Amino acid sequence: MKRRDDILVTSLLAVLLGLVAGALLMAAIGGDPLEGYTFLIKGGLMNIERIGNTLATAANLTLTGLSVAFAFRTGLFNIGAAGQMLAGGLCSTAVALLVSAPRPLLLALTILAGFLGGALWGFLPGYLKARFNVHEVVATIMMNWIAYWTVYYIVPARLKGAYLETESALIPAAASLKTRWLDALFEGSYINLGILIAIVSVLAVHILLKRTTLGFELQAVGYNRHAAESAGIRVERDMVLSMMIAGGLAGLAGVSFYTGYASNMQIGVLPSQGFDGIAVALLGATEPLGVFASALFFGVLHSGKGFMNAMTEIPPEISDTIIATIIYFTATSVLIGRLWRGWRRKNAKRRAKASPEGEGA
Amino acid sequence: MSGTLKGGPPVEHIVEMLNIRKEFPGVVANDDVTLQVRSGEIHALLGENGAGKTTLMRILFGLYRPDGGTIRIRGREVRIADPNAANGLGIGMVHQHFQLVHNFTVTENIILGNEGSFVPDLAGAARKIGALSKRYGLNIDVNARIEDVSVGMQQRVEILKMLYRDAELLIFDEPTSMLTPQEIAELMGIMKNLVREGKSIILITHKLREIQAVADRCTVIRRGKRIGTVDVKETSQQEMASMMVGREVSFKVLKKPASPGEVVLEVENLSVLGSRKHRALKDFSLQVRSGEIVGLAGVEGNGQAELVEALTGLKRPLSGTMALRGRRLNPLSRRERIELGIAHIPEDRQKHGLVLEFSLGENMILKNYYRPPFSRRGFLRFDRIREHGERIIGLFDVRSGRGVDSPAGDLSGGNQQKAIVGREMDGDPDLLIAVQPTRGLDVGAIEYIHRRLVEQRDRGKAVLLVSLELDEIFNLSDRIVVVSGGEVMDVVNVEETDEDEVGLMMAGVRREGGR
Ligand SMILES: Nc1ncnc2c1ncn2[C@@H]1O[C@H](COP(=O)(O)OP(=O)(O)O)[C@@H](O)[C@H]1O
Ligand SMILES: [Mg+2]
Repeated sequence: MKRRDDILVTSLLAVLLGLVAGALLMAAIGGDPLEGYTFLIKGGLMNIERIGNTLATAANLTLTGLSVAFAFRTGLFNIGAAGQMLAGGLCSTAVALLVSAPRPLLLALTILAGFLGGALWGFLPGYLKARFNVHEVVATIMMNWIAYWTVYYIVPARLKGAYLETESALIPAAASLKTRWLDALFEGSYINLGILIAIVSVLAVHILLKRTTLGFELQAVGYNRHAAESAGIRVERDMVLSMMIAGGLAGLAGVSFYTGYASNMQIGVLPSQGFDGIAVALLGATEPLGVFASALFFGVLHSGKGFMNAMTEIPPEISDTIIATIIYFTATSVLIGRLWRGWRRKNAKRRAKASPEGEGA
Repeated sequence: MSGTLKGGPPVEHIVEMLNIRKEFPGVVANDDVTLQVRSGEIHALLGENGAGKTTLMRILFGLYRPDGGTIRIRGREVRIADPNAANGLGIGMVHQHFQLVHNFTVTENIILGNEGSFVPDLAGAARKIGALSKRYGLNIDVNARIEDVSVGMQQRVEILKMLYRDAELLIFDEPTSMLTPQEIAELMGIMKNLVREGKSIILITHKLREIQAVADRCTVIRRGKRIGTVDVKETSQQEMASMMVGREVSFKVLKKPASPGEVVLEVENLSVLGSRKHRALKDFSLQVRSGEIVGLAGVEGNGQAELVEALTGLKRPLSGTMALRGRRLNPLSRRERIELGIAHIPEDRQKHGLVLEFSLGENMILKNYYRPPFSRRGFLRFDRIREHGERIIGLFDVRSGRGVDSPAGDLSGGNQQKAIVGREMDGDPDLLIAVQPTRGLDVGAIEYIHRRLVEQRDRGKAVLLVSLELDEIFNLSDRIVVVSGGEVMDVVNVEETDEDEVGLMMAGVRREGGR
């Protein structure tokens, strides 16, 4: 309980410091911070359409953030969310373009294909780590580039549209995550079923980690593989499984991004959401619900920065700077946490001195 | 108890810590503790693991701020803000874990942080250090690199470091835990030299033999409270042990003669490859019957580890068979063997025994989380897990700040070990493999765990005890298997042999008329 409070405070402090740093920067280049933030937030949340866009952005970030966070909780550092997202996106785009089936079935197949594609991209680093002790950071980075080049060749060869060589064909309406009722609800924004996939995934991972025997086992392996092995847990299998689940979650981000948010697949791009996922996971303290909250926050920054730029002299890069600053402060959260605990202790002492009862807690 | 001896002249105290209190989340590590050290004495601080000894000394050394109480040095009240302040007051400390730079020489390590100017006068320092070493009989080569010298030597470097900074009061925190018997004897000699030259010493330990050997007086603390201060000459080890543990302790385990039944574990002609690709275990055979404790005696690294790994399924043997109650173990996985009734108290409790980040309750189900009643259709049942954990920590007297919710890493070593023993004995395993079950524990915990192992035997279970301590082997075993170079030297009944004979066999000397 106490631990969770501390984590929450740490994250909020990091956000606050990031915002302060952003304000200082805005002021330094001659802008008005108050005005800047007003437009940034307005840009993200001003009307129902913009809220929809923010949610659509947050959906992708939630899923990559969840991927990194899940790997973290099971003792693995997943730098490969970008590649897993591409792999998932490629598989789901292929299903969406090549399979014909009734819409509900087709959607289910698309989503499944995306998860499996990402899981496959997680399998290899997991296997290399379990069997040959190859560090997953190295392996996942290499997998990023393998995904990049796979997409680069497969999309033009198999999935290209009528005219452009560098993009896949557009996802047909029947296979797209965009739906009429969400469109109607959010007045034509980018929002799509990806947000539901994200929410379901957050809940699923939360339950998996907190309540299931599988989550217990995977975390035991993550914290201490020797003790887990001594206790009869199949450590190698579990490492592979953890990496596959993490990859699958990033694969879902690919589904949400390429068959929902973007509506087709471009070649030659390593999606930045994959790397932003690391920041999202850190700020969310690798807790699924925290990941969701931090993805929403980053979503506002991402979708509001264009509006801020249009309405003021402040460049959109400020919002990236804020994100970077927040990451910096979350990474140094140990220090912030210590300051906070020190301050609280001092306060508690002062209060204890003030009341004659003294130490009663 | 303080101030003056009856009728004698007033006694000068170099350090007085009065009514010290220190809390950590969930535990009161020091509760109204008073410690008074006289000039020129060796004062032992005795207490079980987790009693609060290190905490008290860290307060004196300026590493922790006390929550209450006063400290006086040579009669003057002081506040010790940090270790530098402590150094300034003439207090030095040798920590449980040494703090040396490995690729620096002895001299460089000693003047580190105390250089005085930008260009340290290495030659001058070396001369001063050499003189100190001679004066106190430390016998140190000032130009040797730390990585090239033994643990005992490193400890002397730490001692020199204190002397170089003109420490008058030297604190030793469990200085003998990593030393060989020879090095321990030498350290005791050095301590005596130090007090002869006018230094005062606080010696933290839970080994009564050492206190009896060098200390003048001894303050005992138990669960954060001071129990009393005694004169070592006038107090027996038995009395000090009872003060420390809070009840009568016996050093000998009381047990009735064993009544062994059928064979539980049968190992035949087992060969296992060691880590250096040599045959660490050669044609090894062994039987353990129900209702007996078989002790495996041997010098470290003679195949014991490989035997345990093969039995528990962490390593595949090259050849040979293992069977539990007639069921062949060779093809079974680790988990299948656990389910069959093999429990294992591992040698390294932090590496193999516990997930330190998990709570105590979670650690108690590490081996059976997937089985009812702890899980149902893949979901954990927290109420059952809690009950189970609380039952074990109750039965095995595991003390922790927040019960089953404490992270396992917050527990003291003894309590971690009791928790593991509790987990492994739960569910009544047919065979319990206990490897060094009491390493690094204090007498109270040792006695407790020994009693539990004997109880297990008396319930008709089989126990295989692997230990490097001959005392322990002789105290507990009914039969002793002596191993040397991966081979069985002999199997002897404990009544028919003695420590000398077993010691010789451990060294590879076969008994007259042996197998
Ligand atoms: N830094 C710390 N934070 C929290 N608890 C601590 C800390 N240091 C010690 N403790 C707790 O205080 C008690 C006393 O510990 P310690 O002084 O190390 O005992 P000893 O040295 O006698 O074995 C133990 O219960 C231990 O878990
Ligand atoms: Mg200690």
